Amino acid sequence: MGHLIDIFVRAIFVENMILAYFLGMCSFLALSKKVDTAFGLGMAVVFVLGITCPLNNLIFNLLLKDGAIVEGVNLDFLNFLCFIAVIASTVQLVEMLLDRFFPPLYNSLGIFLPLITVNCSILGGSLFMVERDYTLAESAAYGFGSGMGFFLAIIALAGIRTKLRYSHIPPGLRGLGITFILTGLMALGFQCFSSVAIQVP
Amino acid sequence: MANVKKIVMDPLSDNNPITVQMLGICSALAVTVQLKTAFTMSIAVTAVLSCSNLIISLLRNVIPPKIRMIVEMVVIASLVIVVDQILQAFAYEVSKELSVFVGLIITNCIVMGRAEAFAMSNPPKESFLDGVGNGLGYSAVLLTVAFLREVIGSGTIFGLKILPESYPGNGLMVIAPGAFVIIGLLIWAQRTITKKYEDA
Repeated sequence: MGHLIDIFVRAIFVENMILAYFLGMCSFLALSKKVDTAFGLGMAVVFVLGITCPLNNLIFNLLLKDGAIVEGVNLDFLNFLCFIAVIASTVQLVEMLLDRFFPPLYNSLGIFLPLITVNCSILGGSLFMVERDYTLAESAAYGFGSGMGFFLAIIALAGIRTKLRYSHIPPGLRGLGITFILTGLMALGFQCFSSVAIQVP
Repeated sequence: MANVKKIVMDPLSDNNPITVQMLGICSALAVTVQLKTAFTMSIAVTAVLSCSNLIISLLRNVIPPKIRMIVEMVVIASLVIVVDQILQAFAYEVSKELSVFVGLIITNCIVMGRAEAFAMSNPPKESFLDGVGNGLGYSAVLLTVAFLREVIGSGTIFGLKILPESYPGNGLMVIAPGAFVIIGLLIWAQRTITKKYEDA
C-alpha cells in the first residue's frame, strides 16, 4: 500500500506532467487564462487519465506484450495505435455517460472533454506506464496522480495569470512569453520536491 | 513559384508553429537538453508532418467529414510507428534517450493542427510543402533552444567540449525550468523584432 501512495505522491509533485515532463503544454497554456476554465480542464484530465492509464495497462499486458496472445508473437509495436484508439473512445464514452447521468458536470467540462484526446499528457501517461512496467494497481495510482499534478499546475498558473492582468509587462513579453517564464519559475519551485519519497512500513 | 516560397518560408518566422501558433510545445521542450536528441526529433517531426500532410491531402475528398479526426489519427499514428521502428533499428541509443517522446509525435498538435487547417483543404503538393515548412519552423526553434541549453548547461555542442574545462556548467539549464525561461525569452525576442504583440 505504501508503495502505491509513493507512486501517487511522486506523480503529483516530483514527476509532474507539466513542470517536469512538459506534457500537455498546449492546452495548459491556451486554457489557463481564467480559473474556471482551468478548473474544468483540470477535472477532465484527472478523470480521463485515471481511466485510460489502467485500461491501457490491461490492454498492453493481455494483448500486446511479448508472448501475451501467442508465444513468440510480439505486438508491442502496435502500442501507439491501440493507446490512441483507447483514449479517443474512452473520451467519447465518458462524454456520453456524463451527458446522460451527470448533466451539471458535463456542462461544466463542456468543450474540454473532446480536446483531451490530443492532450499529450494522456498518451504520455500510458507510454510512461509501459516504459516503467507498472502493474494494474500501480498504473491506476500513477494515472490518478498525474492527473492531480496537471490539475494543481493549471489552477496555480490560472490564478497567477488572473493577477497578472493588472501588472505592467513589456509589450513583446505579453501573453505567451510571460506565461512561459512563469511556468519556469513554478517548475523551479517544484524542483524542491525532487527528493520526496514516502515510506510507509 | 512565389507561392511555393511563401508556403515554405512563412512558418519559419512570421507564422512559426511554436512561437506564434502555440502548437507542439510539449515535445519541443523535453528533448532539448542536448543537440543530438533535438536534431533527431526535428527530422522525425518534419518527416511525419510532411508525409501526413501529403497523405491526408490525397485522401481529403474521400474522407467523410464526420470521422475525419479518427482517419487523421490513424494516418499519423501509423507514420509515427514507422519512424519509431526506423529509429530503433538504426539509432537505438538516441531512440532510448528520446523514450516516450517519439510516440508523443502523435499527439503533437502541429501534426494534427496542420492536417486540419491546411491539408484538408489544399492540393497535395502545397500540403507537402506546408508540412516541410512547418517542420523546418519547428526544427529552427528546437535547435536554437537545444543549442543554448547545451552550451550554457554543459559547455558542449553535439557532445564536443567547446568552452574551457574550467567552465563548471549551469545546472539550471539542464533541468526543466531552464527550458521554460529560454523559450519565454526567445518569444520575447521574436515578438520585439516582428512587432506582433498580444493584448494583455
